Amino acid sequence: MSEGTEKTGRRRHWPRLLFAIPFIVVLSVPLYDRLEPELLGIPFFYWFQLSFVLVGAVIVAIVYAFEDKDGREP
Amino acid sequence: MDITATLVFVGLFLFVTWVGFVAARWRKADLNMLHEWGLGGRRFGTVVTWFLLGGDLYTAYTFIAVPALVYGVGALGFFAIPYTILIYPILYLVFPKLWRIAHAKGHVTAADFVEDRFASKGLGLAIACTGLFATMPYIALQLVGMEVVIGALGFSTEGWLGHMPLIIAFLILAAFTYTSGLRAPALIAIVKDLLIFVTVIAAIVIIPAKLGGYGAIFAAVPPEKLILPKPEPGSLGQYSVYATLALGSALALFLYPHCMTGILSSSSGSVIRRNAGLLSAYSFVLGLIALLGYMAIAAGVGENPAYAFGFETYGPNFAVPALFLDSFSSWFVGVAFAAIAIGALVPAAIMSIACANLYTRSLYKAYLKPHCTDAEEARMAKIVSLVVKVGAVLFILVLPQEYAIQLQLLGGIWIIQLLPAILLGLYTKSFGAGAIMAGWAVGMTSGTWMAATQGFGSSIYPLYVFGFEIPAYAALYSVILNFAVAGLWTLVAPAKPQTQAAST
Repeated sequence: MSEGTEKTGRRRHWPRLLFAIPFIVVLSVPLYDRLEPELLGIPFFYWFQLSFVLVGAVIVAIVYAFEDKDGREP
Repeated sequence: MDITATLVFVGLFLFVTWVGFVAARWRKADLNMLHEWGLGGRRFGTVVTWFLLGGDLYTAYTFIAVPALVYGVGALGFFAIPYTILIYPILYLVFPKLWRIAHAKGHVTAADFVEDRFASKGLGLAIACTGLFATMPYIALQLVGMEVVIGALGFSTEGWLGHMPLIIAFLILAAFTYTSGLRAPALIAIVKDLLIFVTVIAAIVIIPAKLGGYGAIFAAVPPEKLILPKPEPGSLGQYSVYATLALGSALALFLYPHCMTGILSSSSGSVIRRNAGLLSAYSFVLGLIALLGYMAIAAGVGENPAYAFGFETYGPNFAVPALFLDSFSSWFVGVAFAAIAIGALVPAAIMSIACANLYTRSLYKAYLKPHCTDAEEARMAKIVSLVVKVGAVLFILVLPQEYAIQLQLLGGIWIIQLLPAILLGLYTKSFGAGAIMAGWAVGMTSGTWMAATQGFGSSIYPLYVFGFEIPAYAALYSVILNFAVAGLWTLVAPAKPQTQAAST
């Protein structure tokens, strides 16, 4: 790949910054190390992380949809 | 001995055996070519890749060991969930590019890529050996997972007679891997996943209903186990342990040869990116499986005399089998146990193929027989995959189980040392083979040393920074050192510009 296409490629890739979100949230353990509030009898520590699996999936889907629109392999 | 469960178990196992052999005819091609045998011809689309990678990532050991950890230790065992949240961005960002290069240049393994990129056979060999040594105990541990469910069906697993079911299972595995290569576990993974999903859905509906709802389940768990204890002053305590276990495991996962194989067998980079989103379904299921550990506590299987022998023999690994025996009717126990046992076969097959690919390319072809024909190459891989499996079985039969667990612990620390080679190799031209090799060597020794200070019983190293304690996953510390050394080396002795003629 020539330098030119690399540069325009990088400009198209800003949605990938969204990937920072799972890293920041997941690594901030004190944020979710608690029991309350419960959901359907499940303590916060567990339902929060489980729901964040879905959030992570949605973020990947968003980035993919955004990049796929361009129709080109990154 | 549970007859019904055993019959269902054996029936499903025989079905899967048939699938393994028939797989040779699926997407028919010349299995005497290494990339056909070892990478399925690189033709697996989104759906098949999803099943294959799922089979890679979610092994029998995962299904037994994660709930066992939650059962025994509590909240810390849940690190598997943040770990699997992080793997998907990593998969998305890094691996499509690696796939593209591997596809263009005919690389079959990560070691191939490294050897070519850094023009160093020695570095390729180091990468290959790391992969081999990290994977072999992992194969052995799949057998442990299989043995636990065989034992739970009521068969004694002591002595050579007791190990017969395992030996038979592995003979079957060896046979269809030899004939069909990667196509076998890919096809079987479909069956395995259907069984796992059915089992898990049944488990999360039926068992809580029996136990009085999720509230009742969590109420049965001692409160100090339910969340991570707040750290003592002067330490990051369990917080840094949890976070670094998640991050370190996520960074390491796809460096494992069998995961690399799963990725390189895709038909395109888009398949990989799509799977980065779709595989999250497995993470969610893993979260539910982890909660089985708490369900086992709530169901009181630990105090139930019927399961006392199982817990004595297998320890907390018996939690999930005991829970299933306690909650499901016989025939479904057979289905659930078959799911776990088949969940051992699939990754064991892929792991042995991945090891075979590594040996064949980076040792056999690189050093022993550089001008081997395609057929010789594929044949060597088939033989090596057999040898690796035999080795794993012998390992489990002869050595105490603790050794396999300790080696697997070390394996996680070793495999992450491949990260600089892959990341730096993909994204920058500034590093030469010397820098990478130096970093690798320092990473391997420091990581192993850290584990040694804990008596190889734990991979958490309590680092003290100006009197402040940061206990964290040794793999992460050692790979940071790895990067640092590589960086320093490059500053002192910068890489020469790549010439066209690759040196050997």
